[in-house]
Amino acid sequence: MGHTLVEKILGRKLNREVRPGDMLTLPVDWCMVDDIMAPFAIEKFYEMGFTKLYDPDKVVFIYDHFLPTTRVEDVRQIKEADAFAKEQGIRHIHRTDGICHQLMVEKGYIKPGDIAFGTDSHTVTYGAMGAFSTGIGYTEMAAILGTGETWVKVPASIKVVIDGTLPENVTSKDVILKIIGDLSACGATYESMEFTGSAMEEMSIASRMTMANMVVEAGAKCGLFYPDEKTASYCGIETKEMLEALQPDEDATYEKELHYKAMDFVPVVACPSLVDQIKPVNEVKGTKVDQVFLGSCTNGRLEDLQMAAQILKGKKIAPYLKFIVTPASQKIYREALKDDTLEILSDAGAIITTPGCGLCCGRGGGILSDGEVVLATNNRNFLGRMGSSQSQIYLASPKTAAATALAGVITEP
Amino acid sequence: MEKTFTATIWVLGDDIDTDIILPTQYLALEHVEDMKPYAFSPLREDLAGKIQKGDMIVAGKNFGCGSSREQAPEVMKALGISCVVAKSFARIFYRNAINNGMLLLENDKLYDQVTEGDRATVTLGEKIEYKGKTYEISSLPTNLMEILEAGGLVAAMQKKNGKKVE
Repeated sequence: MGHTLVEKILGRKLNREVRPGDMLTLPVDWCMVDDIMAPFAIEKFYEMGFTKLYDPDKVVFIYDHFLPTTRVEDVRQIKEADAFAKEQGIRHIHRTDGICHQLMVEKGYIKPGDIAFGTDSHTVTYGAMGAFSTGIGYTEMAAILGTGETWVKVPASIKVVIDGTLPENVTSKDVILKIIGDLSACGATYESMEFTGSAMEEMSIASRMTMANMVVEAGAKCGLFYPDEKTASYCGIETKEMLEALQPDEDATYEKELHYKAMDFVPVVACPSLVDQIKPVNEVKGTKVDQVFLGSCTNGRLEDLQMAAQILKGKKIAPYLKFIVTPASQKIYREALKDDTLEILSDAGAIITTPGCGLCCGRGGGILSDGEVVLATNNRNFLGRMGSSQSQIYLASPKTAAATALAGVITEP
Repeated sequence: MEKTFTATIWVLGDDIDTDIILPTQYLALEHVEDMKPYAFSPLREDLAGKIQKGDMIVAGKNFGCGSSREQAPEVMKALGISCVVAKSFARIFYRNAINNGMLLLENDKLYDQVTEGDRATVTLGEKIEYKGKTYEISSLPTNLMEILEAGGLVAAMQKKNGKKVE
């Protein structure tokens, strides 16, 4: 009986066969610690009786939620993380480079087959590279920082097959939202999702990251794409054997299979305040919005900004609307500056902010007040997520965001 | 941990996410004690103030979905909540709760029967009794039970590292 991709990745690491339900103790390749959780993880690390990291070169510290700081007390977080990094000799530290999940892939840390844990639930993003990665809490991170390992129960898998070509106005965001709607917010709990089919092969690494990023919104432990030539060239790998070792077997067993035709997808939104409350954009068109947000680890990459710029070129956003654009990293910011994307967005009336998590976690500029409505490209629309619990958040693609910014009401691109 | 205990019930719904349990604005407060008044505030502003030590929460499916913030189970523990009984739990929250010694029990029927303010009796690894009816609960895998019994992952690691537990 064959193996799914997650079984292959986990089994390869331990050099033995693994099956769903097996309890494993896994060596960890990467520990990603963000600025919200760093001081707590550090405190627990010492409390547990550790004094030295198991390997400082496998630890990446990234400051993204709180920078630039918006509250006096946030400075403490950064100072404590800095002090620990110096003391322990952590070389991989990013203070102003952008959002953690973007950087883990962009800076080349993550390679196919890696095992990564992060103190943020969207750590699942690295599944786009064919790596096993998932979110944990700070106590668990503290234990890994000290021991280099943790326990994982091998998950069962859900296979999602999408063949064909997506319609012009549909992006990978619409695809993953639709899938979450079909599965529900807990439809993949504890499981691994695998994405395959010709539409997935066609997708850029950036688009794959958007989908892998959101599998946690269906409860999944990880969301995996099969490493291919695109993955290899992105992370500069030439070893064919490795890519071949990281493909599922044809006779692998899946808990569930979902099959879609790419041409059937339409632009969709997740309605307030549940991620799985999915409707076609056309069903909510005309809903007035006060703000549009383009950014986050879900949709703050260059292709996302370019998609919006294409729609907004030479035009102006609706009067009285706030349009906030946050590139996911400094690299993306510079690239978007060079190819005029930022100029187009700025001319259209966008407020362009510094790379980081910002508004997505309710900490950056653009906080919502009672009664306000936002259409946003990030991954969560929970009650009060971006400010007041009396505000409403619709989640959508960068294309829908641009079309909505132009019209001032929810609009299909 | 007591094997059998009786507790007053607070009822919450499906998909209680970690932003509801503790909004991002309060995550960086220095002490968990400071976070307590804000627990569940987006959904029920006055709930945290009403919860008494030993009370239990009964909820629907997917309790604890959302972010990896461990402050969520920590603040619940600090409020004195004895356990959460839900139809199902999200995975990161589940791990975080165990690591903090916060008891979670899965049962898919109790939620549809309970009324807030009533009391129920829990017998660990066996059952919940409510209004004369019995609801089954299963026991945890051994490695997780060990963490829970040690009082959480910190205590379990201290033991491993030979550090004196204060």
